[in-house]
Amino acid sequence: MSATILAVAGVSKQFDGFAALTDVDLAVCKGERVGLIGPNGSGKSTLVNCFTGIVRPDSGSITFDGADITRTPAWLRAQRGLVRTYQIPRPFPSMTLQENIEVPLRFAAGHTLASMISDEAQVILDQVGLIDKAGLSPKGLTQVELRKLELGRAVAARPKMLIADEAMAGLADSEVDEILALLLRLNGQGISIILIEHIMRAVLMFAQRIVVLVAGCKIADGLSDDVMRQDEVERAYLGE
Amino acid sequence: MWRPTPIALAHLRLGITIALCGTILVVVTILIGSRVNEYYYLAAYTILQYVVLGTAWNILGGYAGYVNFGTAGFFAVGCYISIVLNRLFQSPLFLDMVAAAATAGLMGLGTGYLTLRLRGVFFSIATLALAIVLQTIITNWSFVGGGRGVYVIRPEISGVFDSYAHFLVTLMIGLATCAVLVAWAVEKSWIGIGLAAIRDNEMAAETCGVPSLRLKLIAATTSGALMGMAGASFPYYVSYVDPATAFNLAIAVNSIAMPLIGGTATWWGPVVGAIILGSVQQTLTVTISSAANLFLVGVLLVVFLTAAPRGVVGIVRASKRGRK
Repeated sequence: MSATILAVAGVSKQFDGFAALTDVDLAVCKGERVGLIGPNGSGKSTLVNCFTGIVRPDSGSITFDGADITRTPAWLRAQRGLVRTYQIPRPFPSMTLQENIEVPLRFAAGHTLASMISDEAQVILDQVGLIDKAGLSPKGLTQVELRKLELGRAVAARPKMLIADEAMAGLADSEVDEILALLLRLNGQGISIILIEHIMRAVLMFAQRIVVLVAGCKIADGLSDDVMRQDEVERAYLGE
Repeated sequence: MWRPTPIALAHLRLGITIALCGTILVVVTILIGSRVNEYYYLAAYTILQYVVLGTAWNILGGYAGYVNFGTAGFFAVGCYISIVLNRLFQSPLFLDMVAAAATAGLMGLGTGYLTLRLRGVFFSIATLALAIVLQTIITNWSFVGGGRGVYVIRPEISGVFDSYAHFLVTLMIGLATCAVLVAWAVEKSWIGIGLAAIRDNEMAAETCGVPSLRLKLIAATTSGALMGMAGASFPYYVSYVDPATAFNLAIAVNSIAMPLIGGTATWWGPVVGAIILGSVQQTLTVTISSAANLFLVGVLLVVFLTAAPRGVVGIVRASKRGRK
């Protein structure tokens, strides 16, 4: 197996006495595709928030690409290549799609030349299938287009690892396939991906490895088929 | 390979145009000299002062979306720095302005550092409190006149200027031009792009690698410094200053109202807003009464916020789009 890119050791987080995460360990290798699943409220989003610096864990450490980033601010993590999308898309409404993509190109990927930024934004918009709407505002976009914009913006940050937080929730089957194809293409370029998803079909198609979180604890971690066969997982996640 | 994009060139041309307009206005004002009634200079000074204040407020309030209620505090600090320096060693006004900019800028940085980590209203409340605390301090500081106020003697003026009012209005044109140039530069640079991302969605901006705290601090410092500079020459304009004048509520209200009426998204919105609202206020002060001022601000704000929430900038943009 190749080198580890993200290593999480003993991460715990409490909100007002409620244990959202308890002593979670996780390691993701370079180029790996990991599915993170668990029932609602199991701590998936909190874990991602800890990875990306939105939330500080109470204890434990997070190492990314060889450096301890436990106390690193969110924007710096993005610059170093740890990038996420949000479950509910968060576009910049006052900007065009092109400008939306240009923000991470400029700030996270560190490009400085306006001409280069503009060219690269075009390439990324093409990649996510939004090139026809480059000059429009995100206000008129459909749900699936907003998800694509969210992914495009993540790609523009030139990530080493991409965390897709329920990028497909609420989409039709064909749209799910579109997003999956896009994620697989990105993975083909060497980007490690953590996919958080409720749509099991998508997770099973996409992930090489599945991690299961229940009530803030990791209860399973392994190859997709093996994990899904475990009784514990079945009970907790898929119901009795 | 570096090639300037057409957009970059257009930006540069715009900056040069702003600088040129300012220079022409300065020259014209010098040439007019005493050929017009001094009242017009005094009225123009007030309007220009609000061009500076509105523009300064907009750098943080319009670009980043952080509403500063304490413009009067920053303005008054500039004002009182000038008074202190004048009392200590009759410093030239130019030096006062530099000192005022430095002090008010540091104040912006400090307030920002303490409160800009928190989102939304906390910064606004802190700026409001800052102005009140400062006013209390000044009111109890007898060296600068305390609550009674203080007289400032205008120095002799010579050279190309016919009167002190003539000098002040020329100075204010220069300062307003500088302020607009600063706002334009911030807006078109990476700072402005980052601030717009913060205003639109701060969490998403961070995820895109935007160092939000750092950018907000740059904006707060720049904004505060410009407000302080606008205050530095005020004692020489009114020649008598008391805390009630320097910390006047109208200063804070106007500095928010003018960008809102003009439009907050661009550098020229606050300029247009200040000219419209400032001119109408000056006219009303002469024709009806000075008490009608704030009433008018209220009415205009209500009209604009309901009928044209994006201000004059929004109206112009919509009509442009309509023509296409």
